[in-house]
Amino acid sequence: MLSTAIQIAFALVSLAFLLSFWRLLKGPDAPDRILALDTLYVNTIALLVLLGIYRGSAIYFEAALLIAMMGFVGTVALCKYLLHGDIIE
Amino acid sequence: MIDLLLSLLIVTGAMFTFIGSLGLARLRDFYTRLHGPTKASTLGVGCLLIASAVYFSVQDEGVSLHEVLVTLFLFITAPVSAHLLGKAALHLKLKSLAPVPARDNDAPSDPVC
Repeated sequence: MLSTAIQIAFALVSLAFLLSFWRLLKGPDAPDRILALDTLYVNTIALLVLLGIYRGSAIYFEAALLIAMMGFVGTVALCKYLLHGDIIE
Repeated sequence: MIDLLLSLLIVTGAMFTFIGSLGLARLRDFYTRLHGPTKASTLGVGCLLIASAVYFSVQDEGVSLHEVLVTLFLFITAPVSAHLLGKAALHLKLKSLAPVPARDNDAPSDPVC
């Protein structure tokens, strides 16, 4: 039962990846693309957590934590660039 | 019993992640689109991380707290990045579907958006 649930979850998260990627390609303005990138980071964390349950290994959490940090820093840097024209004043 | 709980949590989390991205793809202007992925980052990843914490706590005979770090970090940073994205969109004067609210004084108002 758990393996079936994980298969369904993998399919749903992959579909979420495709939808976010479509918005990343299509998004009419720069903030749309940044938001799509941010959503892709969140989806990656979800996929890594699922993979950790599927493989029964706790080593994927370090990767998920790193991706969460890097995603936040990247989003903030891109938004600062849009707001001020440079990242570090 | 624990299997049922885990399956329910995993499917709910994945469903919310999917709904968040569906909102990102389908909604019609940036300010409504900003609303969709917040469901994915709080409820979706939150449910998956709770499922993972329960799974590893049951499997390894000890409380597993790695997941709490990821959850805490996501819950702290999600509002900050959403605020910055909203500020950037306002700075770039992106079009909104909502009508511009009426001014109080009678001066002819220039349309902002």
